[in-house]
Amino acid sequence: METLEPLLAEHPFVRGMSPSQIETVAGCASNVRFQTGQYLFKDGEEANQFYIIRKGRIAIEAASPTHDPILIHTYGDGEILGWSWLVPPYRWRFSGKALELTRVLMIDGKCLRGKCEKDHDLGYELLKRFADILAGRLDSARLQLIDMYASASKGRRR
Amino acid sequence: MTLAVAEAPAAAGRTGPPSDPMLPRPWRVCRSVRETDDTFTLELIPEPGQPVQPFAAGQFNMLYLPGIGEVPISISGDPTYPHTLVHTTRAVGAVTKKMAAIRRGDAIGVRGPFGTAWPVEDSEGNDVVFVAGGIGLAPLRPALIQVLSRRERYGRVVLLYGARTPDDILFRKQLREWRADFDLEIQVTVDRATHDWRGNVGVVTALISRVPFEPGHTVAMICGPEVMIRYTVMELERRGVTPDRAYVSLERNMKCAVGFCGHCQLGPLFICKDGPIFPYEKVAVLLSQREV
Ligand SMILES: Cc1cc2nc3c(=O)[nH]c(=O)nc-3n(C[C@H](O)[C@H](O)[C@H](O)COP(=O)(O)OP(=O)(O)OC[C@H]3O[C@@H](n4cnc5c(N)ncnc54)[C@H](O)[C@@H]3O)c2cc1C
Repeated sequence: METLEPLLAEHPFVRGMSPSQIETVAGCASNVRFQTGQYLFKDGEEANQFYIIRKGRIAIEAASPTHDPILIHTYGDGEILGWSWLVPPYRWRFSGKALELTRVLMIDGKCLRGKCEKDHDLGYELLKRFADILAGRLDSARLQLIDMYASASKGRRR
Repeated sequence: MTLAVAEAPAAAGRTGPPSDPMLPRPWRVCRSVRETDDTFTLELIPEPGQPVQPFAAGQFNMLYLPGIGEVPISISGDPTYPHTLVHTTRAVGAVTKKMAAIRRGDAIGVRGPFGTAWPVEDSEGNDVVFVAGGIGLAPLRPALIQVLSRRERYGRVVLLYGARTPDDILFRKQLREWRADFDLEIQVTVDRATHDWRGNVGVVTALISRVPFEPGHTVAMICGPEVMIRYTVMELERRGVTPDRAYVSLERNMKCAVGFCGHCQLGPLFICKDGPIFPYEKVAVLLSQREV
């Protein structure tokens, strides 16, 4: 069977991991394609994966009972999507939909969680990387909240 | 009639204003373009006999409406055509709202150009990452025009641009043309999407991880709200671009524009004469301070 290790090894996410750690992560990876409009995951579903976007674009949507889903963020080439697999209760907080034909490496988080419990060095390496991703997401969300381009004169700042 | 093209000044240097820097000179609006709901571009030509000053990308003029007031506005046009001054302005208050209503043929006073420039020539040989937020694309536009006119002298050139909503995106047509005509990677994002928007959603800083550039050989030029500038520099640092490679454009309320009055003072610096373009390191600690 074709291994995804070479593909994964090129990604900055695994930079600094040992070859055996990369091999372990690659062992939980599969190559997946999503068509335009197809959902990768839906709000509330069990979160057992994360994704490395190879090419394409994914929208994160929040469901609304009265409106169309609200588009919160889009992710593109090279970005990592999904951290809910790492934090109990392991459920997606939002939905993820492909905005165009999108190729991803899908990593089985459930499989990886098990491996991290047995190998804390691997767990620490992964946690460091996801802490960095989460910090970036928090910064982005806070900046979006500030509404920084609104002007002071009509409740909108420059 | 073809006007003689004045030579563009050295990019990193400062271009002196005409002999009396406090005296507005008469120019006339030859074109007025509504860019968005609250932002407009004025193209100005000098009244006959008025001198044309060369300007550098990043410099600004004081625009004067008699009886109303005077405001600093960056030049958003091509530095190789200083005989037409282009200014893109967001109507936010007393003067800029009145300015939004002026039309072709109307008179306007101009003092300038003032201030420091983007390091366009000093960046040759490097990758260049432009990061613009909101109206911040306007002061960066002359630098982009200059870099694209000598495209072969630079490595990768990237423009990351964030707007509040799709309706707030400036220079749409030019962005499309640049994308088609130049080796320029452009990524546009909005903080808030509308239902018909098919592009990126999220703050402009989130785009930094998506584009290719060589961190050790990159110069970043950043213009937008100060909070965006700070987060952009941090995000660039995460990608390996050290803050000494970042240049930013700052704004403070301004009156004289020549360093007399102290209105635009930021710590030991005067935005009007030491800026508005600064190496980030020079202003980093001052950025979170409120205006004096
Ligand atoms: C060097 C420099 C270059 C500039 N370049 C441009 C440009 O290219 N295009 C452009 O649209 N603007 C630019 N500005 C900002 C512009 O000068 C101000 O928006 C303008 O002076 C506001 O004047 P006003 O009389 O219309 O508003 P005011 O009546 O003075 O103010 C109205 C409201 O806007 C707020 N405000 C005023 N100035 C600013 C500001 N600079 N930032 C955020 N909020 C502000 C005030 O707090 C107030 O709430 C620049 C400023 C500087 C210092």
